[in-house]
Amino acid sequence: MEFMGYRRPDGAAGIRNHVLVIPTVVCANQVARGISQAVKGSVWVEHQHGCSQLAPDAAQTARVFVGHGTNSNVYGVVVVGLGCEVVRAQEVAAEITRQCPYKPVHCVIIQDAGGSYKAIAAGSIAAHRMVEQASSLAREPIAVSELILGTECGGSDACSGLAANPALGAASDLLVDAGGTSIISETPELIGAEHILAGRAVSQEVSDRCIATIKAFEDNANAMGVDMRGGNPTPGNIAGGLSSIEEKSLGCVYKGGTRPLVDVIGYARKITKKGLIYMDTPGNDIEQLTGMAAGGCHICIFTTGRGTPTGSAIVPTIKVASNTAMYTKLTDNMDINAGTIVDGEETIQQVGQRILAEMIRVASGKLTKAEILGHNDFGIQRIGPTL
Amino acid sequence: MSKSQAIVMKASDNVATAAQELLPATDIEVQVNGVAVAVHVTEKIPFGHKVAIRKIAAGDKIIKYGEVIGEATTDIQPGQHTHVHNLGGCRGRGDWEV
Repeated sequence: MEFMGYRRPDGAAGIRNHVLVIPTVVCANQVARGISQAVKGSVWVEHQHGCSQLAPDAAQTARVFVGHGTNSNVYGVVVVGLGCEVVRAQEVAAEITRQCPYKPVHCVIIQDAGGSYKAIAAGSIAAHRMVEQASSLAREPIAVSELILGTECGGSDACSGLAANPALGAASDLLVDAGGTSIISETPELIGAEHILAGRAVSQEVSDRCIATIKAFEDNANAMGVDMRGGNPTPGNIAGGLSSIEEKSLGCVYKGGTRPLVDVIGYARKITKKGLIYMDTPGNDIEQLTGMAAGGCHICIFTTGRGTPTGSAIVPTIKVASNTAMYTKLTDNMDINAGTIVDGEETIQQVGQRILAEMIRVASGKLTKAEILGHNDFGIQRIGPTL
Repeated sequence: MSKSQAIVMKASDNVATAAQELLPATDIEVQVNGVAVAVHVTEKIPFGHKVAIRKIAAGDKIIKYGEVIGEATTDIQPGQHTHVHNLGGCRGRGDWEV
């Protein structure tokens, strides 16, 4: 099986050719947006971070930026800094260049440029040139074994665990069997299902790390002295029929399929192994998607029961509806209907095949609904307090 | 395959998930490992919500996907709606620690 993708000079495969504008600090958001709005064909992200952060948060924030810049769906990067922040734009730009020396990277510092308009002008000229170069590249056949899939579920209902998640799991298994990589994450939504994932680990060490990662999250939640319920499952999950975090988790874990768990990695850490990988992320859709994109995933398949519009700026996000009623209602946002399983019209395997086929189409250039809508959702998981 | 009124994932489950809204005083059949089991629904069960298919005593585990999803906080009769009003999760319960 092959898709039509972009081959990067270091051998990496990409499925998009984005020119990405990243502000390294909240204060640079408006300039980043200004640059992207001036240059058709570029995308931008914005966030609340990059300054007044303790070292672990600052490092994680920088890692997310570098991960987005080095993601192989990105052709070139414009990094925008203010000039006095904790996360230094120059260092982020330099690290992207160190990891991907072939990639065009331009750094703009607002205080050095002489203000917002001058920074927007300088960044726009650089982005303009990158878009021109990027648009001349041609796609070529690449084996699906090079694809990294991020799996995600959000706005879950009781059908998520019956239909969309097992179908995504079937697609994930097909990709892993073809030599590809699949990421399962959302640590709070593995509470109560950790034995299922850990039981498939390739070694005792990976199994222990899986259990310890999930326990640490539950211990943190318990330390707040509250019932998780209301935060997770969310009010919408509960309205949809989910009653406890265990029930939600048991439905969630299906989306990782049934193949061996080869590695457990931290938030936004680089994906380096093939097969099923567990990344430690929050359950929050945007923070999870951002972490997986920073880890290098090419494409995300997002199952939902209540209906969620989410999409990354650089990682095409395919939305799979768990029930036909919502699929029919939210046509603006849903790419695939897995509700046919609950309706008795298709099997989990059949929908899994359909998801894989759509994954290959999107990897080859078909736009997802979230891309057509221009989604650029981006959120960085925070560790400690803001100073 | 025909459309089920409610879906049971594993034979050990004591609840089924409604695949359509179920109305009070209706009789449904659920497939448990290929065997049809009759359940008399006594309460309205919204789409996606759970209905007990066996008697579950207060304090007993509630099983779905063949796994524990919580404990019954009151006695639950077959056909009753099983949700947050009579099911308490066992995990992520900081409120039990303080």
